[in-house]
Amino acid sequence: MAEEIKEDAKEKVQKAAPAAEKKAALAETAKILRSVSPTPHVRDDSSTRGIMGYVIIALLPATAVGIWHFGPRALCVILLSILSAALSEWCFDRITKRKNTVGDLSCILTGLLLALNLPVSVPLWLPVLGGFFAIIVVKMLFGGLGQNFMNPALGARCFLMLSFSRYMTDFSYRPGWGAADVVSGATPLAAVKAGENFNLLTMFFGNEAGTIGETSAMALLCGGILLIVCGVITWHLSTCYIVSFLVFAAVFGGKGIDLNYLGAQLCGGGLMLGAFFMATDYVTRPITKKGQVVYGIFLGILTGIFRIFGPGAEGVSYAIIIGNLIVPLIERVTEPKHFGWRKPEKEGKAV
Amino acid sequence: MSDTAVKEKKAVWKPFTNGLINENPTFVLMLGMCPTLAVTTSAINGLGMGLTTTVVLTLSNIIISALRKVIPDKVRIPAFIVIIASFVTIVGQFLEAYLPALNSALGMFIPLIVVNCIILGRAEAFASKNGVFASALDGLGMGLGFSVALTLIGCVREILGSFSVFGVSFKEPLESIGLAPIAIFVMAPGAFFVLAALNAMMAAIRAKKPAKGKDGRPANCDSDCSSCGEGGCVHRFYDENGADTAVGKK
Repeated sequence: MAEEIKEDAKEKVQKAAPAAEKKAALAETAKILRSVSPTPHVRDDSSTRGIMGYVIIALLPATAVGIWHFGPRALCVILLSILSAALSEWCFDRITKRKNTVGDLSCILTGLLLALNLPVSVPLWLPVLGGFFAIIVVKMLFGGLGQNFMNPALGARCFLMLSFSRYMTDFSYRPGWGAADVVSGATPLAAVKAGENFNLLTMFFGNEAGTIGETSAMALLCGGILLIVCGVITWHLSTCYIVSFLVFAAVFGGKGIDLNYLGAQLCGGGLMLGAFFMATDYVTRPITKKGQVVYGIFLGILTGIFRIFGPGAEGVSYAIIIGNLIVPLIERVTEPKHFGWRKPEKEGKAV
Repeated sequence: MSDTAVKEKKAVWKPFTNGLINENPTFVLMLGMCPTLAVTTSAINGLGMGLTTTVVLTLSNIIISALRKVIPDKVRIPAFIVIIASFVTIVGQFLEAYLPALNSALGMFIPLIVVNCIILGRAEAFASKNGVFASALDGLGMGLGFSVALTLIGCVREILGSFSVFGVSFKEPLESIGLAPIAIFVMAPGAFFVLAALNAMMAAIRAKKPAKGKDGRPANCDSDCSSCGEGGCVHRFYDENGADTAVGKK
């Protein structure tokens, strides 16, 4: 009899342990279920890591052209920026005891984008500071990937631009890997704005002054098309952005439909980089296609205003971060209608 | 000294220490944000603004507390404003005469002390309900808390934004090794960055020590909830009977 009771107790204890685990597992499932939207769901095996990987691969042509054109210092700036961004994210995760999120490659992409937005002649601590600011202040303090309301790389670029405008607007560089002569150059976009001569062909291929990643329209276009073909982004946003900007430039640029001028506005500066790689950031763009069209047109007009009426020659980065701020409003306006939803009839009309 | 005597002595100083830490106007009550963000481009400016406000706050608290039984309830706000404005004018003229450099640095924000939320807030929440001595201490404590906060913000902004502290520059050695001051910190966005960071630090420090007294109220629960910094207090705005604590306590 006594032994039986003992056995019974043992069993009960054994049962109790799995029960507690089961309860925990159930709670976990419930937690996940609560964060999932109602059906219908689309199944897909894309992951954050995969998408970020695609974008990084699509940026490689522009990165390669930048390194080839600006020399080893460009490589150094890019590596420092990426390292700083990754290290900042790792440290923040570590200190706040979160899951390590460096592996989703998003911070690597942020570091790369930031470096592509810097001139090659910046002091080497500047990309480090920029990477830190992008990850810690713009992204992690707001809750990490998916919660940041502003593109981290562009937020950091504007931070650096306001703080160190002397370095950020110094576009002098030593072309290639062996040259000793420093080319001091206004960017072609500044030349366009000042009404000076420019060479559309070098602007397209990238043999010109500018930030590391923005010079070669060709490489950026290749990357952008790759993104669209792979289905990472749809064509709506980028196309609307570029077309609405060109229309604005044609109407208000003072040159009419001058293909040379419009081509220079298209290939110069950060328009391509912004339109294909930064405005399309999943976190900070509208979700619906309709919203993206509105967003693209808004960005195009804003960029046009900054470039044509503003004091500087460039305006893409400010346009996109201002656009980021109004994305919630665009989302509200372009929210899809529920299935079967009808406009409520106005009462006044019936009478 | 017996225990009660110590406690009584502490209670006398409570209005003073309250303003410095527990109900710091900048970091806890979030009052007077406009001058906080606008003038703290350097430590000197922050300190100057803080001390000017302290003088006005203390004097107006004393006068308002002394007149609290004379001022009719219905017109108390205009009456307070008149008293505060008089002191601001006096202090403003004083600054113009003796500290013209500071006066021109602070500029428009000196006359704007009249509408500083801290001053009217303390007049309404404290001076109009308490004695002259306690009100003077409250004004002094709040003012010094404000000064310390502004000086801190000013210090950080000055160090990062122009490589100097209290006007003493250490720019050259740093620039010779290739560094440059982060100019954004002396611009408006920098004020927000620094304020947010210091606020977070202050909140972290306050969250560490559970200063709870009996029945879950904060140990220093002696003022009304609307000016209390204990955001997590379970009794905030509600008494056990469901009545407003501020009313219930009176």
